[in-house]
Amino acid sequence: MIKITAKKIYIFLIFVFLYAPIATLMALSFNASRTRAKWGGFTLKWYVSLFENREIMQALWNTLFIALLSSLTAVIIGTVACIAIQKMGKRKRALMMGITNIPMLNADIVTGISLMLLFISFGIKFGMGTILLAHITFNIPYVILCVMPRMKQINPSTYEAALDLGASPAHAFFKVVFPDLFPGVLSGFLMAFTMSLDDFIITHFTKGAGVDTLSTKIYTEVKKGIKPEMYALSTIIFVTVLLLLLLINKAPKEKIK
Amino acid sequence: MKSRMKKIFLLSLFSISLLLSAGCGSSAEGKNGEVIVYNWGEYLDPETIRLFEDETGIKVIYDEFETNEVMFPKVEAGATEYDVICPSDYMIQKLLENDLLAELDFDNIPNAKANIGKQYWEQSTEFDPENKYSVPYCWGTVGILYNKTMVEEPVDSWSILWDEKYKDNILMQDSVRDAFMVGLKLNGYSMNSTDAGELETAKNALIQQKPLVQAYVVDQVRDKMIGNEAAIGVIYSGEAIYTQRENPDLEYVIPKEGTNVWIDSWVIAKNAPNKENGEKFIDFMCRPDIALMNFEYITYSTPNDAARELIEDDDIRNSSIAFPDLTQYQNLETFRYLGEEADQIYNELWKEIKSE
Repeated sequence: MIKITAKKIYIFLIFVFLYAPIATLMALSFNASRTRAKWGGFTLKWYVSLFENREIMQALWNTLFIALLSSLTAVIIGTVACIAIQKMGKRKRALMMGITNIPMLNADIVTGISLMLLFISFGIKFGMGTILLAHITFNIPYVILCVMPRMKQINPSTYEAALDLGASPAHAFFKVVFPDLFPGVLSGFLMAFTMSLDDFIITHFTKGAGVDTLSTKIYTEVKKGIKPEMYALSTIIFVTVLLLLLLINKAPKEKIK
Repeated sequence: MKSRMKKIFLLSLFSISLLLSAGCGSSAEGKNGEVIVYNWGEYLDPETIRLFEDETGIKVIYDEFETNEVMFPKVEAGATEYDVICPSDYMIQKLLENDLLAELDFDNIPNAKANIGKQYWEQSTEFDPENKYSVPYCWGTVGILYNKTMVEEPVDSWSILWDEKYKDNILMQDSVRDAFMVGLKLNGYSMNSTDAGELETAKNALIQQKPLVQAYVVDQVRDKMIGNEAAIGVIYSGEAIYTQRENPDLEYVIPKEGTNVWIDSWVIAKNAPNKENGEKFIDFMCRPDIALMNFEYITYSTPNDAARELIEDDDIRNSSIAFPDLTQYQNLETFRYLGEEADQIYNELWKEIKSE
């Protein structure tokens, strides 16, 4: 009995530590007073002014645009790379995997500064393009990490059989190999998408004037205090993710019924 | 299940791209070129940028930084060529010493000399000796914010921060120069001191103070003081007005030993691609009505005397916090860039204090 209660308390504590900060932020997004120290009554005004604030909305679009485009590009490059790596010999393959793993373990700040220096030395104008290039670069290893295990499970004979039966290589790939690969590609895409959405340091070093993502935008507000609109936006993002998760988790159950 | 996932995936892709195409369609070139502005975060009313664009036809590309130290390497590396920048006093001096600023053509900025008060130009000579490179934009003092219900005696000196009575009720600024300013001023030294003995005295004072300090913070002074979580805090005057509005028990004083008068000024980068547009932008920011809009938005004191005249609320126009009469106080100083060597000594001593 005691053991069970202890277990429950333990679980409860873990969830408190995980979710109390988010709950605080969500509560503050409804606070009529600008300061966290005072409860000024319930309000939805931050949500209204959030959608009226051009800068924040622009930063949101930039963030989504960069995350989507960079993860899609990374998925294509990464998947193609996986096909090539799969066909390599054992030693070469191990070498390749090692090389692609290093950028993931490398500190973000190193990646960020190196990219900045690289762009400067090539005379590339900083802006949306440089952020995109940077994000694609750090996303590719994550895609390879997700797709490669799936690749190894695929039986090469099915692809060869398709070729024998007269399919063109491209046709055979999309009809036979890709459907098996798809779960890996999807998780690679989602992983890359989140990584790009999250990133601050690399974006900070590779962004040009006037292009902000949410993370860089929020950081510049430090001097004057973070605006409650940001709490509102964070709440919306959290709720959206929660709903998406519920949706995805619910889908297979319906199928079983 | 697989096909279902695929459908959800494709559907979400489609909807996101729809959203995006709706969001990204507003980047037209201005008909009179552009100007690239690099300013502190949340440091001007966005509406003024719109007005500037409408009036002049110059497109503003607006970028923000969070500290002087973050701004400097970006300007120095030249990754982006900025036109107008808004650094603080000592950083302007550092930029000047590194030959990164362009001399301003004041014929293009008539509003600056006409509206900015004389005392601010004088104060600026500490970092820009001939007033050739910078135009004051915001200024303020650093002082003591205290809660009248928790502090009985009159506060007029930095020494209150060493009073045992307020143990665990004191908030200090968590930045080297700001903390040392308090330690140096308390002992009657210059806050730009590089004298080893003076710095040692200041260090010892700060170490002695440490057990009394509740926390070394940056922007949390504001919220903690509003929430009655501390009795005394070191704060920038610009924040003081806002905290008072939220909590009327708070009072701000400039200590008698003198303090830091800081100025954030507009400057133009040496490699500015649109220097003339930059000067137009600075001139626009110096217009009384525009300066007033910015003052009301950020609540940091404006050096623009003509704008101050336009403030409707008597209490704010005559506020001794927002617009103290600087001649009343002694030993007011502005931070100077002390060179790399001195920077290192400061950082070293600060580390000793923090690790004590």
